[in-house]
Amino acid sequence: MTRTTDTREQFRPPGHPNEHFLLTTVVGSYPKPTWLGRAREWLDDDAVDFDAADFAEATDDAARLVTEEHERTGLDVVVDGEMRRTEMVEYFAERIDGYAFNGPVKVWGHNYFDKPSIVDAVAYDEPWLVDEYAFTASVAERPVKVPITGPYTLARWSFNEHYDDTEAAAFALAELVNQEVAALVEAGARYIQVDEPALAQREDDHQVVGECLERIVAEVPDDVRLALHVCYGDYSRIYPELLDFPVHEYDVELANGDFDQLDVFTEPAFTKDFAMGVVDVHDARVESVDEIAARIRKGFAVVPPERLTVSPDCGMKLLPRPVAAAKLTNMVAAARQVEAELDAGEVEVAATAD
Amino acid sequence: MATYVATTVGLFPLPDPTKRALSRLKGHQKGDLVDGHESDAVTATYAEARAEVIATQVEAGLDRVVEGQLRWDDMLAHPLAVNDAVETHGLVRYYDNNNFYRDPVVVDSLAPTGDVAAELSAAADVAEPPLQAVLPGPYTLGALARDASYGDAAEFLAAIGRLLAGEVERFPDLEHLVLLEPSLVTDPPSADDQPAVGAAIDAVAGAFPGDVAVHTYWGAPDERTHATLLDAAIEAIGYDLVTAPAAAAELVAEQGTLDDVVLGVVDGQNTLVETTAAVRERVDRFESALPAGGPDTVCLSPNTELFYLPVATFEAKLGVLGEAVAPGVIA
Repeated sequence: MTRTTDTREQFRPPGHPNEHFLLTTVVGSYPKPTWLGRAREWLDDDAVDFDAADFAEATDDAARLVTEEHERTGLDVVVDGEMRRTEMVEYFAERIDGYAFNGPVKVWGHNYFDKPSIVDAVAYDEPWLVDEYAFTASVAERPVKVPITGPYTLARWSFNEHYDDTEAAAFALAELVNQEVAALVEAGARYIQVDEPALAQREDDHQVVGECLERIVAEVPDDVRLALHVCYGDYSRIYPELLDFPVHEYDVELANGDFDQLDVFTEPAFTKDFAMGVVDVHDARVESVDEIAARIRKGFAVVPPERLTVSPDCGMKLLPRPVAAAKLTNMVAAARQVEAELDAGEVEVAATAD
Repeated sequence: MATYVATTVGLFPLPDPTKRALSRLKGHQKGDLVDGHESDAVTATYAEARAEVIATQVEAGLDRVVEGQLRWDDMLAHPLAVNDAVETHGLVRYYDNNNFYRDPVVVDSLAPTGDVAAELSAAADVAEPPLQAVLPGPYTLGALARDASYGDAAEFLAAIGRLLAGEVERFPDLEHLVLLEPSLVTDPPSADDQPAVGAAIDAVAGAFPGDVAVHTYWGAPDERTHATLLDAAIEAIGYDLVTAPAAAAELVAEQGTLDDVVLGVVDGQNTLVETTAAVRERVDRFESALPAGGPDTVCLSPNTELFYLPVATFEAKLGVLGEAVAPGVIA
């Protein structure tokens, strides 16, 4: 199945200053305000008069604050920073029957997650993201993107005590993701990003992910923009196979590795939209506008401007919040600068429109 | 009749309170990771956790305890990450796991630092039972790094071998050393490279006065690589009986093994806790494939490092290993 409808133009903001439009967005997560952590502690502390309704209000406030912070940076498409989510696997596993938790495990350095165990057949229990989307859309003036963790990553980043193999677990989880994506579309979502950071981890995992995606998007209307986010992998393992996936856009981390894998995507020609990570989310140094603009121009080796999306490498939650905001502000300014250069015919574009 | 010994191949999860304490003390960015020059507060936190994981191993009934390598933020690449001749670059994936380490780029001539030796000396001060040292094998450490100094793969491997040998020479007096060599399986050396791999392992083993094991995992080594290990100046070869029980059995049926073996019999990467019966089955299957005679010493171990597991599961797995060597269970 291919998706060829132009789903990008609907996100061009009214009054956009340039003829060219480099869609700017984020991958998803954003640093939580310190007080939200305190609110969580109060919720768990019987000695403090702070109940679930109070915590829900605090979470709404945080989601509103980050959505508006994203808008102030000038992003074309915003997210609530995943203020309601604990972590990209944990959050979903908490809502799926068949999962159990045993404690945190290391990802890298002192970054951990509560890696869940699949101990029984998985089943849909309660809605995952519909309330999150509805709230964000209600407070946002810009269009909203919904990131959702993909079934392969949900399977691969869990301990599997139940299914014969990861593939079987992923296919079972794909049915549940499908159910949630349908509910999000029903609720009005028009930009859905499936996060599969586990992709490019193993030689043949693209086949499993491809099959999962076919199951997930089978009934999604053509005008809903579908993206796939991949990061910190060996992209040569999944390219060009990933071009066959039924999505419009691929969002990849590249700044962390100083764009050393960019060439992977030039041969054969990239036929979908390319969302390129242009700021490093694991380095607290704020890149300058000129530095980011130079990175954005690298993207034209892969796709022409009308198919380039600009975003950070990955979720920004580990950065200090002012650093995250400054990185986004510079990223958007850099995109607008490059658009103006394109309008003026000052940028050389190697990739050609098909 | 073989002697059964319970042990591990190191790289433990940090106790949960230590995870939180070090997150606060060190931070969450690439530049915050261990570089060999930690603050007193960080050093004290690690010392406390080291004593705790040693006590946990004793309580679980392990015969040989390890230091735990709690400081190894960059996993098996750690000995390079703390070396002055190495720059650490962007995060790269650790094999095909959801774990990352800083890409170590060797930019100058490598010289031993004594970093691992200092950890082992600290552990020796608190450990009662025999303490077993754990290091990456030279091939694996080389495979995890990038060379921007030596310019020749064989020379680079030899330099890594000398670096590890120099580190081993600084160790306190120990009887057991395990070299972890997963890259021998995941990225096997070519026929031409085998002599250099054997020589590098010999260099490290030659610097250690006690017994040396080379443990392989995430599959079984190919026949050529296994033959290199059989010829190396080491006392034991380790096999992953969780991910490749059939391949390991075939290999030893064909080529035999050394007098001692390390058997990875509990899964270091799954929370499903093995029963001692399951462990026994894995051991039996391997032993029945062996040519007559069989090994003198069988070390029962997890197949991999253990930092992949939550602490509660990690402790349960140590318990299974301790129980498995109790009289009447396997022996």
